[in-house]
Amino acid sequence: MTGINDELHEVSLTVNGAARTARVPARRLLSDCIRHDLGLTGTHVGCEHGVCGACTILLDGVPVRSCLLLAVGADGAEITTVEGLADPDGTLSAVQQAFTECHGLQCGFCTPGFLTTITAGLRVVPDPTEDEALEMVGGNLCRCTGYQNIVASVHRAAAIQRAREVGAG
Amino acid sequence: MSLWLKMISVTVFAAYRRRYGSNGMKPPPLGYSRPESVAEALQVLADLGPDGKVLAGGQSLIPLLSMRLAGSMHLVDINRLAELSYVRVAENQVRVGALTRHAELLASASAAEAQPLLARALRCVAHPAIRNRGTTVGSIVHADPAAEMPAVLALLGGTVRVASAGGERQVPASEFFLGPLESAVQYGELATEVAFPALPPDAGTGFAEISRRRGDYAVCGVAALARLGKDGQIASAQAAYLSVGPSPLVIELTQAVTGASDQQAARAAAEQARAQVDPEGDIHATAGYRRHVAGVLTQRALSQALAEARQRQLTGMTTG
Repeated sequence: MTGINDELHEVSLTVNGAARTARVPARRLLSDCIRHDLGLTGTHVGCEHGVCGACTILLDGVPVRSCLLLAVGADGAEITTVEGLADPDGTLSAVQQAFTECHGLQCGFCTPGFLTTITAGLRVVPDPTEDEALEMVGGNLCRCTGYQNIVASVHRAAAIQRAREVGAG
Repeated sequence: MSLWLKMISVTVFAAYRRRYGSNGMKPPPLGYSRPESVAEALQVLADLGPDGKVLAGGQSLIPLLSMRLAGSMHLVDINRLAELSYVRVAENQVRVGALTRHAELLASASAAEAQPLLARALRCVAHPAIRNRGTTVGSIVHADPAAEMPAVLALLGGTVRVASAGGERQVPASEFFLGPLESAVQYGELATEVAFPALPPDAGTGFAEISRRRGDYAVCGVAALARLGKDGQIASAQAAYLSVGPSPLVIELTQAVTGASDQQAARAAAEQARAQVDPEGDIHATAGYRRHVAGVLTQRALSQALAEARQRQLTGMTTG
């Protein structure tokens, strides 16, 4: 078979604003590259076949499953992981703040995926209805909370964002 | 730790490293090419022959590799082929390029206007994060009998444009789906475009599915198409089914619904669907339940299609 081996490919990424490179075999999943090659273990790996949503990252601003992408295929992309959501001074993002206020997490395993998904979701739908909030988090599984507080966090995050915009404007 | 336990764990770990490499990668070893043009992609695919496999969104292929249901292969990544990323509405067709993501097609207002069934079905394709990456053409080529878009293509009678280094051919939907996960695309070929016929002004569509959780594969799904005559009577009706057979099943309902009121038609269609589908049972649903659901969803989808057709006919009369 031609070229089917673990030859290393150079991958350049912009991760949370910083230029990063890694040398990976073609079969390296982006989720594993982020965790093992880049050392960013905030991205959690749950089912590894696209069902649970724990590994969701923002690829060029859009939420995707990092376990369903090859690292080599993401070459040149801009990635935001959960580590990149807070301000550089440590101030929590609106979504992170909402999760702490509304008790939107318990064990925390699924939380990075929810935070990235909702961060991107609120950019498209800044003031979601109940149905829109449910649709926003419908692709992420949580085994602890029963989702009620996560949905409440979506609404709270929208409110915090609006308040911050008024404060900034 | 006992010596025995230590020896066993060392042996198991060594076996794991031999099999999966030094740092636990789920997919098997892969070759990888990333062509910059369609012509280059076709040449690479021609050279690779049976080893070559097109990678578009990868939302079905990567899990298959991770679970090792698919073995080593040489991936030809078409994500740099920007020329294949488009939605074009013209000449009573919606043409979708091989790199167009589900989310992009779903967001296209002109596509939804020309063929409302596209948006109806796309909303049921997995989750937004999957739709952001997965491609509509890729889903059709993957030919999963549980997927929505193959059923939509089969119902509407669309065509797939398939290119190779040797030329190009158009494959009608009726000849495209050969079996579960098997389409008419051969080694060395690349499906570059799918064309969905637009909806005629006197027709309507419906889509209904039931899944265990939102975004899961459907236990059963139905896409329906109904057409009215000038007299307002139902002229024809068809429905396509997912998850009830090895490939999308299209059932001709015209005979059952001719001359009936909309309500009677939906009930008669449901009865015919129950008689004609031949589903298999699995861990999610028994065959009997699937058959029942196929009937219920046929009634819902056809009612929706007839309501849309009446609405469109009415609008057509007032504006035309």
